[in-house]
Amino acid sequence: MLQFPLVRECPYAPPAEYTQIREDEPITTVRLPNGREAWVVTKHEHVRQVLNDPSFSADRLHPDFPNLAPAGQPIPRDDTARSMLMMDPPEHGPARKTVLGEFTVRRIAALRPRIQEIVDERIDVMLAGPRPADLVETLSLPVPSMVICELLGVPYADHAFFQANTAAMIKRETTVDDRQAAFERIRDYLEDLIVVKEADPPDDLLGRQIRKRRSEGAYERAPLVSLGFLLLVAGHETTANMISLGTLALLENPAQMHALRADPARTLGAVEEMLRYFTIVDTVVARLCTADTTVGGVPIRAGEGVLTLGQAANRDPDAFDAPDDFDIDRPARHHVAFGFGPHQCLGQNLARAELQIVFDTLLRRVPTLRLAAPVADLPFKSDAAIYGMYHMPVTW
Amino acid sequence: MTEATMKIVADLSRCVGAGQCVLTEPALFDQDPEDGTVVVLDEQPSGDLVRAAYDAVRVCPSQALSIEE
Ligand code: SF4
Repeated sequence: MLQFPLVRECPYAPPAEYTQIREDEPITTVRLPNGREAWVVTKHEHVRQVLNDPSFSADRLHPDFPNLAPAGQPIPRDDTARSMLMMDPPEHGPARKTVLGEFTVRRIAALRPRIQEIVDERIDVMLAGPRPADLVETLSLPVPSMVICELLGVPYADHAFFQANTAAMIKRETTVDDRQAAFERIRDYLEDLIVVKEADPPDDLLGRQIRKRRSEGAYERAPLVSLGFLLLVAGHETTANMISLGTLALLENPAQMHALRADPARTLGAVEEMLRYFTIVDTVVARLCTADTTVGGVPIRAGEGVLTLGQAANRDPDAFDAPDDFDIDRPARHHVAFGFGPHQCLGQNLARAELQIVFDTLLRRVPTLRLAAPVADLPFKSDAAIYGMYHMPVTW
Repeated sequence: MTEATMKIVADLSRCVGAGQCVLTEPALFDQDPEDGTVVVLDEQPSGDLVRAAYDAVRVCPSQALSIEE
């Protein structure tokens, strides 16, 4: 039986076993680090089915929930409030809807001018600095960090603190104590910040949520701390990794990069293709079956865990033609890189806007951008739950 | 099916407010400013918008959209 998690040998390809599983036995059992078994689901159709079926729970604090923490290591938890990530109906819908108004397509569109300013500032800094520059440090991390800090109303001056603690939380090798400590440091920080905002709620996401929840007679501090935590952590690491990997994909496919520079209208599609191609959040999307059911003809019973392998699904030839080709012009929007079903990424349209603006601006303002190291020497995050690059030396 | 007989149906109890429909075609869909759920602007589209309606059904993450023919 295959031992999970598997490691990406090549930044452009899923682990080789994914293709084999999908072709031979698309729903099969694997062994987790804690010794337990779980199902893996690899076909696009089946991944969408599992993620949209109420027979599967997202409650990752349930003792039977499949997780990839090394044996004996519990995942960090916060007993003061559950994040919406781990809620099921009927609890989940209202919790999500309370904040959805902040992430509608319209609201995100209104943020675009400010995102553009942030991206321009960061590129100014990069261009004024030494060559080669580390794209991760100068652009990939600061842009989403600044955007989410501003949206939430968290001082950007504290970003180094979040970045260090988030990185510690998602590294697979971090010990359980260190992981829990990192988690608690961010939570305590947010709690202090929210206490201050409660006195006179400012016009930022956290302040608006305080007002909104108070007017509905439902304000409690703990769920808001939990929400702030989720948005802060989810909002910068993932987008940062996609900025680095997306830039790499363009540099490595110069014809497509030139096509994009000539016609920025294609950026929208290019971003979807990057999301599909890299699927940086892959094994993290898991579920616990809570009612016997069948997926693709395979019976799955209550109590059994399922990993929905997004990267396998996003390379399923039944859903995407020539799935291993990077092609900015393909229709890719039905990918599952943001998940699927009721938990599909809340911040997806913010991520899209940031990525589109970054690539458009970078290609326009730094037309001679190139890698300053061979791809084989780039430090990929093979040891993290979210794929990406630790550093990316570039020059121009 | 003729265009005139199609109708977009949105199940608000299923909608998860991801806005994939609005991204697909803002002429057909909008979102409630408070809770992000879908607002169908034109239930009986015609011309190019017919295709967009089917695309939206395909990308909606919660199968909240369907088309009655
Ligand atoms: S795509 Fe589906 S879930 Fe998302 S807002 Fe539109 S109808 Fe709702």
